[in-house]
Amino acid sequence: MRIRAQISMVLNLDKCIGCHTCSITCKNVWTNREGVEYVWFNNVETKPGIGYPKDWENQKRWHGGWVRTKRGKLVPRQGSKWRILSKIFANPHLPEIDDFYEPYTYEYEWLQKAPELQAQPSAKPRSLLTGAVINKIEWSGNWEDMLGGEFEKRSHDYNFEGVEKEIYGEFEKTFMMYLPRLCEHCLNPSCLASCPSGAIYKREEDGIVLIDQEKCRGWRMCVSGCPYKKIYYNWSTGKSEKCIFCYPRIETGQPTVCSETCVGRIRYLGVVLYDADKIEAAASVANEKDLYPAQLDVFLDPHDPQIQAEARAQGIPDHWIEAAIRSPIYKMAVQWKVAFPLHPEYRTLPMVWYVPPLSPIQSAHEAGKISAKDGMPDVRSLRIPLRYLANLLTAGDEAPVATALERMLAMRAYMRAKSVEGRIDPSIPERVGLTQATIEEMYRIMALANYEDRYVIPTTHRERDEDAYVLRGSAGFGFQESTNGATRLNLFGGAKRTPRKPYMDIPT
Amino acid sequence: MNDFLNQLAFGWYPYLALTVLFVGSILRFDASQYSWRAQSSQFLRRRQMMIGSNLFHLGVLVLFVGHLFGLLTPIGVLDTLGISHGFKQLLALVVGGLAGICALAGATILLHRRLFDPRVRQTSSFGDIAVLVLIWLQLVLGVGTIYWTMQHMDGSAMVQFMGWASGILTLNPEAPDLIADVALVYKLHIILGLTLFLITPFTRLVHIWSAPIWYLFRPGYQIVRSRGPIRQGVAEPGVLGGYGGQIIARQQSESGESGA
Repeated sequence: MRIRAQISMVLNLDKCIGCHTCSITCKNVWTNREGVEYVWFNNVETKPGIGYPKDWENQKRWHGGWVRTKRGKLVPRQGSKWRILSKIFANPHLPEIDDFYEPYTYEYEWLQKAPELQAQPSAKPRSLLTGAVINKIEWSGNWEDMLGGEFEKRSHDYNFEGVEKEIYGEFEKTFMMYLPRLCEHCLNPSCLASCPSGAIYKREEDGIVLIDQEKCRGWRMCVSGCPYKKIYYNWSTGKSEKCIFCYPRIETGQPTVCSETCVGRIRYLGVVLYDADKIEAAASVANEKDLYPAQLDVFLDPHDPQIQAEARAQGIPDHWIEAAIRSPIYKMAVQWKVAFPLHPEYRTLPMVWYVPPLSPIQSAHEAGKISAKDGMPDVRSLRIPLRYLANLLTAGDEAPVATALERMLAMRAYMRAKSVEGRIDPSIPERVGLTQATIEEMYRIMALANYEDRYVIPTTHRERDEDAYVLRGSAGFGFQESTNGATRLNLFGGAKRTPRKPYMDIPT
Repeated sequence: MNDFLNQLAFGWYPYLALTVLFVGSILRFDASQYSWRAQSSQFLRRRQMMIGSNLFHLGVLVLFVGHLFGLLTPIGVLDTLGISHGFKQLLALVVGGLAGICALAGATILLHRRLFDPRVRQTSSFGDIAVLVLIWLQLVLGVGTIYWTMQHMDGSAMVQFMGWASGILTLNPEAPDLIADVALVYKLHIILGLTLFLITPFTRLVHIWSAPIWYLFRPGYQIVRSRGPIRQGVAEPGVLGGYGGQIIARQQSESGESGA
């Protein structure tokens, strides 16, 4: 057993109001630069829709993620290493920038500088790639906002698989939900596996997946390799970039920018302990529907004293083990089973999980006919088809999603009885396999969602893996020349050094 | 061409070009790896890329390997193996000719794309366009030599070039004299080839150095980096610190990679 810890995220879609504050704050902090104008490390999609980039979930087209071969081996869908290398001159699976959108700006200054005109001046859009005037903007980062556009186009949504989708084109029957997306910081990342330079890596201490910008050579295999299309090619620098999970904030115990600024308080951050030895087996189970339970099985129970002792022995700080016990992620994903991975069938073992949204019952005139106990309707009568959510979150297995929705409805019914009617109804938690205490805790974490309950982020223990004594004075007057540098080979001459003699202590 | 120009172009220029190629590449790699990339424009425009880039790169790879072995294999090795000069020239002519035509076709498509696709043109630097134009010219010259080579199928000119190339590498001062009387097209091809070496460190051509064949030998697929336990004993006694500055610290953190 190799125990590792990861800071992971849960998004409670039931509370997402689609305000895009997460996207905007992220954009302002990380991708407000030339070359990444089209890039949203975090974006919010309205579902059903084809998303950003267009049709990203269609892996027959983009070849992202992994496939299991007949012999049970796991290979990237793009092909094994030599096949990936053979595509290096021109990658047939690479999206074009237009699949995201051509970045644009407007001639705002013209509004102030225009001379007196017959008509009011207008700000023409201009391409940020070529500077040319764009006559009509055809697509952008969130073109389908609030079900924008005709149903015909949006109905290409991959999650309609196995759903009689035609009826959802009717105004009275339609449904919608928001899906905020960011890098999944997978346990088995296929972007990393596809990188010929070895520039992408997963951090051992907190599981964050990063691209080494110095090592990236721009072979762009990661862009097609990631099934979530969350790796972006910076056309200006010629290197790939991705969500960095705000690691400078995470290291100091602060939530990511998208989480911190979420007005709906839908985001949760916390530690999950997992067994790195189980990753490969979990990612290569035969049946796609078993991938969700297999990933749950990779996670370790931080309450188990044996696991705690082993984690401590393997160098995981006490502080982190304690955080794992208090982790809201562990509670929602493992204990209550109300959060699910996004598209587990990609076999990347994603670590950003989602609580499925409740929705109104299908139609008001049928409301009377629907079996409802204590105001709890049957989850199959909700507007968002169960199959749709299952395609999104459990590779099409409806049972776990149904259980999660029932538990969320039970929480509402129980708390309504308690706070409105002033009675405790012990039968409600029993019906969904929970205890009263659990329901109360679910209410505290998921409904109240206080800051300290949402974000349980231990700080990085740099003192464990860095020698502060030798690093002291290492930054200061030197430019590209650290003051304690003992490199003897320096192409630019370098600084003069005190001669080193045996037994002689040289202060730095 | 008079003796001095011949000496300048084929006696001194090769050393200038090779020195700039190697020293310049090392300097750039050392100082600024962030600028070291292939700078593909496929993401901006897919059209013409699939056929153009594949034809060009595959052709150029064959040409590169062909020139490397063709010019630098010692003549004694050929004679020992009993490969006649005429046969070797024929082989070079056929393989090089086919690869050259592939590469030229690809380069033409790519050049057309770079110059006439507004999006690619606008996002191209001077260097991007210059490199492609020079390579295209070089391929035209290279394919053009076929006509002159057909005039003498005994392999004598080829032996002259082999002698020059090995002479340059072995610091033989008589090397430039060996090719003083070959046709002008060969001379232009060599000068332009050396010029491509010369400009490599300053352009996107540096991506050639990074051809990621090591990917095939990477164990497994996953890479995990740990900062790892404090490394003792890196420094010698009396040497400042244990880390050796940012560069060594970074290399250490990279060498902490292990399979997942």
